[in-house]
Amino acid sequence: MKELIKVLIVDDEPSILMSLEFLMKKEGYQVFIARDGSEAMDIIEKEVPSIILLDIMMPNVDGYEVCYHVKNSLRFEHIKVIFLSAKNKEIDMEKGYSVGADLYVTKPFSTRTLVAKVNALAINVVSGSAS
Amino acid sequence: MNSVVLIMVSLLYLAFLFGVAYWAEKQSEKGKSLVTNPYIYALSLAVYCTAWTFFGSVGRAVTNGIEFLAVFVGPTIMMPLWWLVLRKIIRICKVQRITSIADFISSRYGKNATLGVLVTLICILGVLPYIAIQLKAISSSFLIVAHSSGDQNADNLFWGDLAFYIAVVLSVFTIIFGTRKIDSTERHEGMVTAIAAESIVKLAAFLATGIFVTYIVFDGFGDIFQRASLVPELRKTFVFNNDSDASGWVWHIFLSMTAIMFLPRQFQVAVVENVNEKHLNKAMWLFPLYLLLINIFVIPTALGGELLFTNNTVNPDNYVLAIPLKFNQKILTLFTYIGGFSAATSMIIVETIALSVMVSNNLVMPVVLKNKKIQDHFQGNLSGLVNNIRRTSIALILLLAYLYYKTIAEHYSLVSIGMVSFTAVAQFTPAIIGGIFWKTGNRKGALIGLIAGSIVWFYTLVLPSIVGAGFFPQSIIDHGLFGMEFLKPFSLFGLQGMDNISHGLFWSLLINVGCYLYFSMNSPVSSIEHNQAVIFVDIFQYSEQLEPSAIWRGTAYVRDIKILLSNFFGEKRSEKVLRLFAQKHGLNTKSDRADPKLVGYVEKLLAGVVGTASARIMISSVSKEEKISTEEVISILKSSQELLSANKSLRKKSVELEKATSELKDANEILKRTDKLKDDFLSTVAHEIRTPLTSIRALSEIVYDNPDMEPEEREHFLGTVVKESDRLGRLINQVLDLEKYESGKQKLDKEEVDIQDIIKDVIDTLHQQVKEKSIKLVFIPDRFAPRFEADRDKLMQVVVNLLSNAIKYCEPQKGEIIIATHYVEGCIYTSVQDNGSGIDKRFQRLIFDKFFQAEDQTIKKPKGSGLGLAISKKIIELHNGQIWVESEVGSGSKFTFMISVV
Repeated sequence: MKELIKVLIVDDEPSILMSLEFLMKKEGYQVFIARDGSEAMDIIEKEVPSIILLDIMMPNVDGYEVCYHVKNSLRFEHIKVIFLSAKNKEIDMEKGYSVGADLYVTKPFSTRTLVAKVNALAINVVSGSAS
Repeated sequence: MNSVVLIMVSLLYLAFLFGVAYWAEKQSEKGKSLVTNPYIYALSLAVYCTAWTFFGSVGRAVTNGIEFLAVFVGPTIMMPLWWLVLRKIIRICKVQRITSIADFISSRYGKNATLGVLVTLICILGVLPYIAIQLKAISSSFLIVAHSSGDQNADNLFWGDLAFYIAVVLSVFTIIFGTRKIDSTERHEGMVTAIAAESIVKLAAFLATGIFVTYIVFDGFGDIFQRASLVPELRKTFVFNNDSDASGWVWHIFLSMTAIMFLPRQFQVAVVENVNEKHLNKAMWLFPLYLLLINIFVIPTALGGELLFTNNTVNPDNYVLAIPLKFNQKILTLFTYIGGFSAATSMIIVETIALSVMVSNNLVMPVVLKNKKIQDHFQGNLSGLVNNIRRTSIALILLLAYLYYKTIAEHYSLVSIGMVSFTAVAQFTPAIIGGIFWKTGNRKGALIGLIAGSIVWFYTLVLPSIVGAGFFPQSIIDHGLFGMEFLKPFSLFGLQGMDNISHGLFWSLLINVGCYLYFSMNSPVSSIEHNQAVIFVDIFQYSEQLEPSAIWRGTAYVRDIKILLSNFFGEKRSEKVLRLFAQKHGLNTKSDRADPKLVGYVEKLLAGVVGTASARIMISSVSKEEKISTEEVISILKSSQELLSANKSLRKKSVELEKATSELKDANEILKRTDKLKDDFLSTVAHEIRTPLTSIRALSEIVYDNPDMEPEEREHFLGTVVKESDRLGRLINQVLDLEKYESGKQKLDKEEVDIQDIIKDVIDTLHQQVKEKSIKLVFIPDRFAPRFEADRDKLMQVVVNLLSNAIKYCEPQKGEIIIATHYVEGCIYTSVQDNGSGIDKRFQRLIFDKFFQAEDQTIKKPKGSGLGLAISKKIIELHNGQIWVESEVGSGSKFTFMISVV
């Protein structure tokens, strides 16, 4: 089942990408990787992932923009977006939710909790697509 | 030359003058006033140079040598003092709306009508002969030119009456010129412009003749002087002949110093027509220059004339015309004639206008205004009356001048009559100079001084001239009045050894000043006198703040005031003027009683038209004045002065307060900004620390949770953890480093270093990275670069930072890096150039800011901490150097730092 769920990981830090990729693959998701916002947009267009793990501070197109774009398009609005950011101020989180994020997780994060949160969202995705 | 042609040319010239005046007035209506030009002002002052200058200087040079120069040296010496004296007079006249010298003196001494009458009479008596000689100059120059053509008609046609016709034409012309409108400032823009034009004409004409004589008839200055020195009696022209000559010089210089300010026409153009005090600045050098130019050729022309007309066939006063005539230069003769004509007409026009203002405002109007019957008769049209008085007086003055010319002036040269006039106006010196610098000077002193001085003047200088004409017996000159020897006009009280003018000036001024001082110090003053004295002497304190009317106290009704004003300005204009004033000062327009301020204002307006004394009379005719004691006046003046200084210090304080507020605001702004910078810095640091921390935690958790990982993968993960820990440590070190630099705690550990050594060491250190990316690295050292004092480790840190950045931004295989040093003029330049992606112009300055790249997300994020360049910059600055970047997107960057080694 999970193999059918596409997860896109967007971050400009190679070591973080590496760990997230490992975690998601281990859970059995189909994983895609982007190193910045514009690369992420391309993959979203092509693959239409179900879940995006999205960093905020990236060159060219930042995470807010990607999220806003996704949530304001009929084609993509169902995609679940989880912000993963070192910006941990309340105001940053508010902004994250205001552009339509489903979850806001601050860095550094517990890998177990993150995996659990992703899985929880994935169930919704699965049931949503089933109904 | 045909006399009809001459008449036509003269009339054409007058028409030209009128055209200039008309044009100037039209320009002024269009708002392009010409008199706002300081050059026009300076040129109009040259009305000082009359026919006397034009013809008489040469004559005087022949008879009295260089004495003629005194008349021009005086004004030149006086010029720098103008800033002190004339500027003050101008300011007083503007504030008090004074329009003539008679008005000035009468106003200063309590708006006293008697003084106005006296000054007017002295002016008329003194200046009439002066006008007469202008008529003489015009008619004799006319005759000389007309005769020369052999046209005998000239004699028959006008002989005996020529001067009369000239007087008539000029009076008509002056009336049209000067009395076309009546204004409270008594300014004549058209006239001033025309006078300035005349100044140019006469200067050009005199120079033309001078150049003709000097360079065409003779062979330059040297030639004339050479030839003249061969004739013994001509030597006197260049030198002082004896002591009395020298002392005479001093007296003549003094005389002309007073004349340049107090001659009615000079007062008119310099004070009344002045529109901007700053124009004095230009006049102060331009006018002396004018005098110099118009005098350059006087002596050559005089000598030339003497050499050409050896047997006294020609009057030296006429050399200027006679020389071009002798050589049959028709055009030049005509031009010279016009030059002399312009010199005479400009004087006549301005002088008669000035005199007519005095006659109407100081002689006639006070009488008219005191007479109820006349006043009733002219009710509502007093301004028409004023104008008619002026017109009549212009005609009368010229008629009198003509008569004087016919009866007396024939016997004297141009210059001696001019000097007598000068001495008359010199009598005003104590009253005016004392009046503006000495508060104690009062009415009685001025009056008695003026009367006594004028009597002595008349006795020593005028009487003998009348005797010469046969009106009095010669015995007065030879044996004194009533046979009393000590009363001989030319050696009063036995004083001998001075020329007539110096003698007359000495005695008249001595007695004048003596009386002025004595009676001023020994007689009481009225409150209005004291009031005026304070305002005149301290004009620069009061001119902007204090309305003189603050001293006036009494009752007057608005209705009466309005009627008074509409007599001169018409009903509509008066209404408007009063309404504007009331608006400006916030006065109640409904009130019947006139506010003292309003009364004072109206008095000043009227003063501009009819003079201060007449205005005073008119105002008192409609108001009940209360007497104010001197003490009260002083206390009012004092309190307003105190108010003034209180106001000033208040204003100063509020300015200071404002300044402090804005400084505080600025400081606050800076604080806010640094605060924000600090905030930004901290949050960026936190963010930068969290990033490696996130990797470390995630990777460690993964390894911990997945004991069954592939060993290679585990190794890779653990290796990354170590690398990220290093990064974290480096970052923390750098933040602490930067903090040290910013707080100034970082010290340099200086030693002798060689920049080439440092660079070689760095290349060795980074050798491995260069090799890994297959980058081509070139080092071009400058072997002339000297060793210098620096912190070796810190400089190495900079070079490492620059080189590792370059390596980072270079593409593998294609990368090229050039490191170079240059030693130029005591500075060592070290540059690191790469062929990487380059940096956008917008960011080139910002990249030296800490965390710049972390903050700005629009360009590629570096793999460093974002602090390297900021620290490098600090290090270079600590070495008193500079660091900068030159770069273009797509064609690499070149970082350079420069350190001065001297």
